[in-house]
Amino acid sequence: MKARQRRLISRRQLLTASAATAGSALLAGCDDIAGGPPFRAALDFGEMLSLRLQRLLLARQPLVREYAPALISQDFPPNGTEMPGGFTYFELMISQFARWRLTVDGLVDTPLSLSLAELKAMPARTQITQHNCDEGWTAIGQWTGVPLANVLRQAGLKPEARYIVFHCLDEMVRTADRSGFYYESIDLFDAFHPQTILAYEMNGSALPVRHGAPLRLRVERHVGYKHAKFINRIQVVERLDRIGRGKGGFWEDRGYQWYGGI
Amino acid sequence: MDGEHVPKPEVIHRHSLAVRLTHWINVICLAMLLMSGLAIFNAHPLLYWGHTGHRGMPFVFGIGAKTEEGRAVGVTRIASVDFETTGVLGVSYDGDGRALRRAFPSWLTLPSNASLALARDWHFLLAWLFVVNGVIYLGFGLLSGHVRRDLLPGARELQPRHIGSVILGHLRLRFPRGEEDRRYNVLQKLTYLAVVFGLLPVMVLSGLTMSPAVTAAVPFLFDLFGGRQSARTIHFITANLLVLFVLVHIILVLLSGALNRLRAMITGRYVIRPERTP
Repeated sequence: MKARQRRLISRRQLLTASAATAGSALLAGCDDIAGGPPFRAALDFGEMLSLRLQRLLLARQPLVREYAPALISQDFPPNGTEMPGGFTYFELMISQFARWRLTVDGLVDTPLSLSLAELKAMPARTQITQHNCDEGWTAIGQWTGVPLANVLRQAGLKPEARYIVFHCLDEMVRTADRSGFYYESIDLFDAFHPQTILAYEMNGSALPVRHGAPLRLRVERHVGYKHAKFINRIQVVERLDRIGRGKGGFWEDRGYQWYGGI
Repeated sequence: MDGEHVPKPEVIHRHSLAVRLTHWINVICLAMLLMSGLAIFNAHPLLYWGHTGHRGMPFVFGIGAKTEEGRAVGVTRIASVDFETTGVLGVSYDGDGRALRRAFPSWLTLPSNASLALARDWHFLLAWLFVVNGVIYLGFGLLSGHVRRDLLPGARELQPRHIGSVILGHLRLRFPRGEEDRRYNVLQKLTYLAVVFGLLPVMVLSGLTMSPAVTAAVPFLFDLFGGRQSARTIHFITANLLVLFVLVHIILVLLSGALNRLRAMITGRYVIRPERTP
């Protein structure tokens, strides 16, 4: 993950970053330059600052605000894929996900393969929270699911585990190497937050397909694209650079920040 | 009658180094924050009031496009009144004259294309620079006495009669000279105070209210602005007020001796023009 690979910011990096920022005013509007290598270091530096400062603010792991049922949005817009293509998903869907399983593997002591019924038998959490799309719109929904921490504790994390990767059933871009599937990742700080849940119910009924059936992530302190839908595999890893194109998520591989706290 | 009484222009040191540096860094920050902010707005060009807002819900401000007789028409809606804004808002034209359906035109946004990822990158980086610069300015302003000495108006200046006469002077484009020109006039003082302690802090706080991580740590921000969407709308309105301030600021600089004022903000040196002889 880009923000984590940088250990400490040296004075030189800081100067480069500020000089790059100042100089860029002259070049505003030149898109190739605005996102190009001269400024990439400065932009990543900004992301790192936000991550570090917000983590300080959140050190005591406060809960996000939960709302009264009356405030639930009547028409919660779906984000991203509304209906995954392909036969695999179609088959799972018409069998009401009876044959769907959640794989938990990677740096765990006991790899798991859980059915939807097994997940539903685990202790659940219900929360009415606000969804924040990075485009600017928001909606309130009620989510029921298993706290991710419970699943991770059941599998047991190895000491070198640092990131949780969510692999999804929806292929956003069709490519020969199958690198176009949606995926996302969070670190352990967010993975063990009480409101980080694997949701299988929305507003009191089974999670609708357009919202990620049978299982989606709720990671409430992040913007929308971090909330992976159609999850079928959770992989525990030490580093993200060997997954997908190495930036920690489908959108991250295409320029979006890994840290979604703003 | 006697030539020896013709007053000579006097050169004073008007702006301290800290004020000059933070001023110009602020110029860069605000220009780029505005442009990247408009690019972010373009990703969802509707503003709402309250906690939530999404397509299909009533909105208080929006920019969109429709097709009329095969032609793309830009529409800006304020409350429930529509204005046709083709060419600038909703529909604008690229270099080849092709109509582009986008809220703010590409010459006003950073980046000029529709990259939300890059717009967010720039907006958040510049926000950091802006806040650090602002804290340095405030720290300097409060410790050095700049705020108390140069910005806080005295009781005499706040008398309606005095304010009225300064407003009248501005309207007649007769700006202070001589002794009175050594200090900011009362309109400058009140405006700068409103920007420094009003608009800019509102900008920062309403911006932070849009961050789900920040509101997890400081949920009071929701109550301060009445919800995330209200904060987004206030952020947009306040940005417009800042643009208005900058426009008036630039116009007044141009009308009241542009070179002298520009030099004062670069080198600090400022020429006091002698009083008009009656």
